[in-house]
Amino acid sequence: MTDKPPVLDFATDFDHTDPEWVNDPYPIWDDLRERCPVAHTDRFGGAWFPATHAGVSAIAKDTENFTSRDVIVHEGRPTEVDLPAPIGLAPPITSDPPFHQIARKLILPAFSPGVVNALEPQIRALCNSLLDDIIAEGVVNASMNYARLIPPSVIREMLGFPEEDMDIFIRCVHVITESIDRPEEERIELFAPVEEYFRTKIEEHMENPRDDLTSFLLNAEINGEKLAVEHVFGTMVLILVAGIDTTWGAIGASLWHLAQHPDDLARLVDEPDLMPVAIEEFLRFYAPVTMARLVKADMEYLGCPMKEYDWILLGFPAANRDPVVFKDADKFIIDRAENRHVAFGLGIHRCIGSNLARLELRVAIEEFIKRYPKFELENQNDVTWAQGQIRGPRNLPLRILS
Amino acid sequence: MKVVIDADLCQGQGRCFSIAPGIFNFDELGDGVVIGDGTLSPETIDLARLAQANCPEHAIFIEESS
Repeated sequence: MTDKPPVLDFATDFDHTDPEWVNDPYPIWDDLRERCPVAHTDRFGGAWFPATHAGVSAIAKDTENFTSRDVIVHEGRPTEVDLPAPIGLAPPITSDPPFHQIARKLILPAFSPGVVNALEPQIRALCNSLLDDIIAEGVVNASMNYARLIPPSVIREMLGFPEEDMDIFIRCVHVITESIDRPEEERIELFAPVEEYFRTKIEEHMENPRDDLTSFLLNAEINGEKLAVEHVFGTMVLILVAGIDTTWGAIGASLWHLAQHPDDLARLVDEPDLMPVAIEEFLRFYAPVTMARLVKADMEYLGCPMKEYDWILLGFPAANRDPVVFKDADKFIIDRAENRHVAFGLGIHRCIGSNLARLELRVAIEEFIKRYPKFELENQNDVTWAQGQIRGPRNLPLRILS
Repeated sequence: MKVVIDADLCQGQGRCFSIAPGIFNFDELGDGVVIGDGTLSPETIDLARLAQANCPEHAIFIEESS
């Protein structure tokens, strides 16, 4: 993205991949909220960014005027070939009503609290084995060597893919998450080995069904018919894209916060019961996920002349900092009792994995601070942030204190 | 006083049954449901209000009984 001209005014020429936005978007959003509150850019073929909770909420809930057929802002636009409506590439996140509800109801039971909560002991064991592998003499990269490794392992196990496939599985995850906004032809080429690996696993499960998410998807039926293999694969891609970098980002950002706020860290160490409330504040303050929609047809909306196929960059993290909805919105309050944050979205596309994400985030933080009750940031300048719609620290060197 | 969840508004955000598991539960899809008939006692009313204040979808309503 180095070839792009720098942004001079985020109100009229915003770019969420600009280094200023990537490194610290919050002052930009505060400014836009006061000035616009809907920013525009000609980049990406035209896009809008509502900076207020009200704007984000209105669009998230409006499936009449906006489509979810593509949820990653990029230069191209979906065509009938690569994203057949209403299913989309990765149902149900890319689906619109009425198909959306059918595809969503299908997989909701697999992510319900009852199912997900049963994973707690194995997630705790995973976190501890990762911590065992870290030689904590001095500095730990808590993003690369801890936060990054938790979500893929959890999802691999849910899908019922063997532990010895961990390396190939992580490679697949990287291809999928890093190529999702590439042009279609490039993506097909990159996806080929991934698709082959997944197809092998799907076939193994067809021959030998077991009690896991893969067999669950293969057994699922719409109108009495089993899902097409493409639908199963698409939903697996969705689970990987939506469930890995996101939770990685949330765990990393929370540790980044604690490394700089010893009072908050000490309170969590001393008051473990505070954790569920603190987790919601981590999610509000450092919400990792920004979504997108496409405008269905030319219209005036929120006072803006929107055109067909303009993007909407749907900033749930910006909505979470809106002072109209949150008292002291710009302050992290670890025991914030009333917290209607929208980190998992609003309306029919609420993150299906939210129960799992919360569990992973809570257990990851609990085990980390149990092992290391005191730590600080080694060097703020070494912290780097993911670029794009999923926010989180990629490099996070923490100094362990005694 | 009674607490109700508007099933059309509920999207399964999961805040109510986490905050007040004695008042709310979840169904097979993970949506929130009220336990029993939702009648609140003086001991549970504050917890129900707290859950209401944390619902991002504004799907929880507390009805004053006449």
